[in-house]
Amino acid sequence: MNTIPIYTTKDFQSDQDVRWCPGCGDYSILAQTQRVFPDLGIPKEKTVFVSGIGCSSRFPYYMITYGFHGIHGRAAAIASGLKIAHPDLSVWVATGDGDGMSIGGNHFIHACRRNTGLKILLFNNQIYGLTKGQFSPTSLQGQVTKSTPFGNIDHPFNPLSLALGAQATFVSRTLDRDPKHMQTVIKRAAAHNGTAFVEIYQNCNVFNDGAFELWTEKDSKDDNVVVLENGKPLIFGKNKDKGIRLNGFTPEVVSLIDGKYTTSDLILHDEKDPMLAFILAGMSGIQNLPRPVGVVYAVEKSTYEQLMQNQIDDITTKKGIGDLEKLFNRGETWEVK
Amino acid sequence: MAKITKNIDEVTIRFAGDSGDGMQLTGGQFTTATAFVGNDLATMPDYPAEIRAPAGSLAGVSSFQINFGATEIRTPGDQSDCLVVMNPAALKVYLKKLREGGSIIANADNFNEKNLRLAAYESNPLQNDSLGRYQVYSVEISKLTQNALKDLNLSPKIVDRTKNFFALGLTYWMYNRPMEPTLKWIKEKFAGKEDIIEANTRVLKAGHAYGETTEIFTVRFEVAPAQLPPGRYRSITGNEATAWGLMAAAKRANLELFLGSYPITPASEILQELSKYKNYGVKTFQAEDEIAGITSAIGASYGGALGATNTSGPGLALKTEAMGLAVMLELPLIIIDVQRGGPSTGLPTKTEQADLLQAVYGRNGEAPIPVFAACSPTDCFDTTFEAARIALKYMTPVIVLTDGYIANGAEPWLIPRISELPDLSPTFVTNLEGFAPYKRDPQTLARMWAIPGTPGLEHRIGGLEKENITGNISYDPDNHHLMITTRAEKINNITNDIPPAKLVGDESGDLLVVSWGSTYGAVHNAVETKRNEGLSVSHLHLKYINPLQKNIGEILKNFKQILVPEINLGQLIKILRDKYLVDAVGFNLVRGLPFSAVEIENKIDEMIKRG
Ligand SMILES: Cc1ncc(C[n+]2csc(CCOP(=O)(O)OP(=O)(O)O)c2C)c(N)n1
Ligand code: SF4
Repeated sequence: MNTIPIYTTKDFQSDQDVRWCPGCGDYSILAQTQRVFPDLGIPKEKTVFVSGIGCSSRFPYYMITYGFHGIHGRAAAIASGLKIAHPDLSVWVATGDGDGMSIGGNHFIHACRRNTGLKILLFNNQIYGLTKGQFSPTSLQGQVTKSTPFGNIDHPFNPLSLALGAQATFVSRTLDRDPKHMQTVIKRAAAHNGTAFVEIYQNCNVFNDGAFELWTEKDSKDDNVVVLENGKPLIFGKNKDKGIRLNGFTPEVVSLIDGKYTTSDLILHDEKDPMLAFILAGMSGIQNLPRPVGVVYAVEKSTYEQLMQNQIDDITTKKGIGDLEKLFNRGETWEVK
Repeated sequence: MAKITKNIDEVTIRFAGDSGDGMQLTGGQFTTATAFVGNDLATMPDYPAEIRAPAGSLAGVSSFQINFGATEIRTPGDQSDCLVVMNPAALKVYLKKLREGGSIIANADNFNEKNLRLAAYESNPLQNDSLGRYQVYSVEISKLTQNALKDLNLSPKIVDRTKNFFALGLTYWMYNRPMEPTLKWIKEKFAGKEDIIEANTRVLKAGHAYGETTEIFTVRFEVAPAQLPPGRYRSITGNEATAWGLMAAAKRANLELFLGSYPITPASEILQELSKYKNYGVKTFQAEDEIAGITSAIGASYGGALGATNTSGPGLALKTEAMGLAVMLELPLIIIDVQRGGPSTGLPTKTEQADLLQAVYGRNGEAPIPVFAACSPTDCFDTTFEAARIALKYMTPVIVLTDGYIANGAEPWLIPRISELPDLSPTFVTNLEGFAPYKRDPQTLARMWAIPGTPGLEHRIGGLEKENITGNISYDPDNHHLMITTRAEKINNITNDIPPAKLVGDESGDLLVVSWGSTYGAVHNAVETKRNEGLSVSHLHLKYINPLQKNIGEILKNFKQILVPEINLGQLIKILRDKYLVDAVGFNLVRGLPFSAVEIENKIDEMIKRG
C-alpha cells in the first residue's frame, strides 16, 4: 500500500539562495505554500511546480518538489502537456501578471477553458518586476512606470473576470499579507478537481510599493475588503457593520446599523452561482466597493485529462489494446515474392 | 478492330479536373490497383490552397499524378505520358506537363462555352488543330455516365459525381489494371447505400467496356511487375509514414507518445492520423498555438513520455524559443517540419526546401539541434524513427525535415516487423545514489533522466544556464563556456553513431551532385541517366544535415566540381562551404515544385561541358 510520508514545512524548503528583494511579497507566498504542503496529502515526488519567467517564476527553485522553470509566458502550456501525459501528478503553475496575462495570456485562458487540473498561482504585483518596472496588463490606468512616464493609458485586465470569462471552474483571490487566508485558499485550490486559479495580491516593494495597501494594511483593510465565505452574507467593516446587497444587478454597500437593512437583505455567497461570480469579480473595478477575497467560484466539471482517459478506455474496450503490427498490415496490402 | 498490347517499362499518368471532380480519389484508386499489380510507383497530388475555388476556373484545378513501372520508381515522374482532363481549365494548366506525343483523354461534355471562357480558351482545343502533337481522345464522359445510369432514378447531381469512375475505368482498360480493388472499395465505402454502390460499379465498368469496344482506342499497355525486395507491402504517404514512425519509436522505447500540435498545411495529417490511435498509447493534444504545441510536448517529455510536435515553416518559426529551451533542458523531443513555400504564409500547398537554415541555425544563443531530412514518403518513417533513437539516446531535441511533396506523395512501403526494429528504451534513473540532473554519460554526454514520480530524485531544471553536473542556476563565466561547448560536443558526438555516407557512382570524378531531402529521386534519376551516357558524375545524398557524417569532407575532396541542387536560394551549400571550404555550385529553382530529372540532367551537362 502507498502511504504518504508525514512531511513538515522544512521538507519543502530547498537549499537554494532565495533571490527576491528583501521585503518582497513573494516570500510570503513561498512560506504559505511550504506551510500548507504537508497537509495536502500529496507525495512530494508527485508534485511539480512549473513556471515561466519573472521574479515570481523563480518559485520552483525554492520548493523541494520536481520543478520546471520554463520560458516567458509558457508555464501553463508546459504544465498542460505534463498533466495530460501524466494525470497522476499534481501540477502547479507559478506565474506573474506579465508572464500569465500578457505573453502567456493565450495559454492561460485555454488552460482555464480546458480544465486541465492545473493549480495556477498568479503573483499579481501590477508591474513587471524582473525587467525592472515597466507596466503590466494589470497595472492601473494612469500608473506611472518606467515605460509610462506620463501615466499608463492601457485599460487593465481584471484577472478574476478574465478567468471566469475563460470558463475556469475555480476562481479565487488572496493577499500576500494575510498568511492564514492564503493558506486556506491554497488548500482549497489543491483540493479542486480541475484547473484552479488563485490570484494573489503581491507587493513589489521595489517597483510598485504599496499597490495593495488599502486592502492589506491593518487600518484600512477591514473597511475595504470583504471576505467571501460560501453560504454566508457579504458583511465587512471594522465592526462588521456594513454589507453588500444587490440593487438589480448592481452590488451596493449598505449600513447594517441605520435600521434600513438587515443581513437578510445581503448577498449570500454561493460559490456555484456563475452569475454571482461575475458580479463579485466585477466589484474589483468599481469605486467605493470593497475588494472581495476568497473563493469566488468553484464548480465541478469534467477535466480534460479525465475525458481523454475516458476516450482511451472506451476505445480500448471496443477495439482492444492497439497492435501496431496489425495496424501496419491492415487494409490494402500485397505480397512481393 | 483488333487491339494491340504494348509492353512498356514505365508510365506517368495525371488525372486533372475541377476541385469537385474527385481527382484525388480517382488517383488514389488507380494507385491501389497499380500496387495490386506489383508495379513500383510514386504519386503526387497537387491541389489549390482554396478549399473550393470557383468551378471551372484555372485556380480550381486539382490533379493527381502517378508514375509506375516495372523498374524502381523514385519520383512521381517529370512529364506525364497520359493526361486525363475533366474540363478545359485542367487541360490549360497541365498540358505543358504532357510529353510530346502523349495522350489526352478529355471529357468532351465539359468543353462547353462557359468552361472554355473560364479557362481562357478562344475556341475549343478539342475541335481545332492546336493539339496536333498529341494523341487526343475526346470522350463524352458525362453523357456516357448518364446513359449508364438512366434507369436508376438518381438525381443528376449524384449521377454527375460518378463520372470520374468512368475515366478511371477507361484508364484501367488502357493500362490493364484490375478493377477488383476498386469494386471492393466501393462496396465498403458506400455500405448500406445500394443505389450508390450500383451506380459507381456500373460507371466504372462502363468506362472499362468503352475502352474495350470503341474503335478510337486501339492500343493498350502492359506494365510488368517490378522487382521489389520480397515482403508485404502497402501504399503509404509521407505524413502517414511520419506518424507511424513516431508510433513505432514510442513502442520500441516503451514510452507513451505525446504529440502537441497546431493544424497547418501540409503537416496537419500527422496530427489527424495520430489522433485515431488512442488505444495505442498515443495522446494527441491540439493546442492553442504552435508554441503551446511544442511546450506541451516538452512538458510531456519532462514527465517521461516521448514528446513530439509537428508543423510547417511558419509554425517552426513560432517554436523557435521553445526549441532553445529543450536544448537547455536536454530532454528528448521530436520536431517535425513539413516544409512548404515561404516566406510568411507563402505557398501553403506547394513544396520548398527553404527551412533548412532555420532548422540548423534559427535560434538565439548557441543551440545546436540535430537535423535529419527524409528523402521520400517511406523514408519519413525511417527518418522519424532514427530521430527518436538519437533524441532518446542523446537527450536532445531533433528536427525532422520533410516537405509538402513527399508528405502528400505516396509509394509502396515494405512493412517492417515492429519486433525487428531497434530497441530504443531509455533508462530512467531511480537510484538516489550518485544522481545529479546534469551528470552525463561519458560516452554520449547525454545527461541523466529522472522523471517526476520518482521518490527522492526531486530536482529543478529550467532555461537558465545550469551549473555543470548539479544543474543549479549558474552565472559563472567559465561554467557557461563549459556548458556551451559540452552541449555542442554532445551533438557532434552523434557522428559516431550514424553510418558513413554512401556514394552512388565512382568515388572520384568530374562532378559530384549533392542532394538532401525530397530532391533525392530526381537527382538519383538524373545521375543514373548521365552515368549511362558515360559521364563521370556521382551522387551523394544527405539524410543527416546536422551533424554531417564523418566522411563527407573526404568525399567532397575527390571531385573536380560539386553541384548542389536545392529548392531554395542555396542553403545546404552554405553549410558545405562553411564546413569544408569547397567551391560548390548551386542549382536553385524556387517555384513551389519539385525538380524534374531533366532539369538536373541539363545542369549536369552544362557543368561537365564547362569543366
Ligand atoms: C520572450 C521573452 N520576452 C521578454 C522577456 C523579459 N521578461 C522577463 S520577465 C518579464 C516580465 C515579468 O513580469 P511578471 O510576469 O509580472 O513577473 P514579476 O517579475 O513581476 O514577478 C519580461 C518582460 C523574456 N524573458 N522572454
Ligand atoms: S523586483 Fe519586485 S517582485 Fe521582483 S523580487 Fe524585487 S520586490 Fe519582488
